[in-house]
Amino acid sequence: MIKRQLPLLIAFAMGVIFIIQFFIPHQISQDLLTWVNKWLMIIGGISLLLGIYSLLNFHYLQIFRNKPGWGFSLIMFFSFLISVVVGFTPSLINVILPLPESSVQSAEQVKEWYRITGLKDGSSLDWIFRHGITPLSATMFSIIGFFIASAAFRAFRARSLEATLLLLAAVFIMLGQTPLGGMLWSGIPDIMTWILSTPNTAAKRAILFGIAMGSISFSLKIIFGIERAYLGGKN
Amino acid sequence: MPESITTMQIIETWLAVGFTLMIYTFLYKDNPIFKLGEYIYVGLTAGYAVCYAWFTVIWPDLIYPLYRALTVSFHIKQWEKPLESHENLWLIIPLVLGILMLTRFSSKFNWLSRYTLAFIMGSVSGMSIPLVVSANIFKQMVPTLNPFWGPEVTIFQTINTCLILVGVIAVLIYFFFSVEHKGAVNKVARLGIFYMMVSFGAAFGYTVMARESLVIGRVTKLIKWASPDYYYATIILLFIIIGLVVLTELFSSRGERTE
Repeated sequence: MIKRQLPLLIAFAMGVIFIIQFFIPHQISQDLLTWVNKWLMIIGGISLLLGIYSLLNFHYLQIFRNKPGWGFSLIMFFSFLISVVVGFTPSLINVILPLPESSVQSAEQVKEWYRITGLKDGSSLDWIFRHGITPLSATMFSIIGFFIASAAFRAFRARSLEATLLLLAAVFIMLGQTPLGGMLWSGIPDIMTWILSTPNTAAKRAILFGIAMGSISFSLKIIFGIERAYLGGKN
Repeated sequence: MPESITTMQIIETWLAVGFTLMIYTFLYKDNPIFKLGEYIYVGLTAGYAVCYAWFTVIWPDLIYPLYRALTVSFHIKQWEKPLESHENLWLIIPLVLGILMLTRFSSKFNWLSRYTLAFIMGSVSGMSIPLVVSANIFKQMVPTLNPFWGPEVTIFQTINTCLILVGVIAVLIYFFFSVEHKGAVNKVARLGIFYMMVSFGAAFGYTVMARESLVIGRVTKLIKWASPDYYYATIILLFIIIGLVVLTELFSSRGERTE
């Protein structure tokens, strides 16, 4: 009961409360929504530790068991520590050398001070983000640009009517977005706009209807306890 | 060095060029230099995520308001500013639920995390139903059912409205599996496929362009950083990284031969 039925009861209660909440335009109802949204963010923030633990544990085992590539795991640990130490050091300094009382006007100000200590423009963590994470992530995503070109070559072969339509739509969209398209023929940008606003809209809208139906039915299954896979385990 | 570029900017540039070229070595093949960049990326991002969660959620929305609420409730400390509406003892609920989530580490107590999961799934399901009905069904249905004709409606708009209505119905019929796709139903479903192919083509075209623009962005920066202002960062690091890739290749092939 306490392991299986109670969680299902909580899911049911929360689901029903928030369906009803949507139809009550009262301040208490709005506050409840705001609070619970914030609570969900807090739970998400704490749950991040699960992912971090899992990552660190995996790499710790790689190093401990001398598995092939353990040196890279060590590099990962080192980079992780750099980010964490650099991120938290200003706050630790702030705790050791707190703001003068006179400058602490309100809870909001204190909150803002702590919020910006680690992430504000020009902070050491921001430096890592701008000059470490940004070039790495931009390059990592841009690398797909090279592979998508060969993927496009394979996908855009006009072997059937469907493939031809796919090819034509993609060509018009790609040409319409570049100055070359307009230079070749002034009608290309207009065709691109028409493709996006008419056949694309129709297909997307129908797919959205389908997603909405699926989402509603899945949500109802969770609320009524039919879908229980998220609980995991047998007991 | 021009006056506008500081030593710090030079260091930053060399770092960015190094990271960019390390990742681009993947274009040759998966190699240790790429892996080095990849693992640095994972480590820095994971550490940044921890700091981000702390500075944007855990401290300002949980620990600090809860600390203030607790000190006031138990008369431990008086604050100049009175408590704000969100600073209350109810914050113990997300704290407890968050801690319960961490019991997933334990094989004995991991069932406790079900309370948190149930809270999250129940709340999100309840919130999403009315929102999905409103945003994905009603708001999408209204422009689908535009008038075909009227004082301000042009013939072009009429044709487009008809095409959208027909397209929506055709695609919906394609996904309607309760009826066998034969005869007229099959023809309409096939029309739905044509609409979807155009849509997928548009999406693919957009994706290709977005990725290519990222490549152009990186390459433009590399070209900029190859200038004397940045001490030929791109050129020098390109040679160093190519040299390192060749060296690692030589070592790995020698290792294979020895085995």
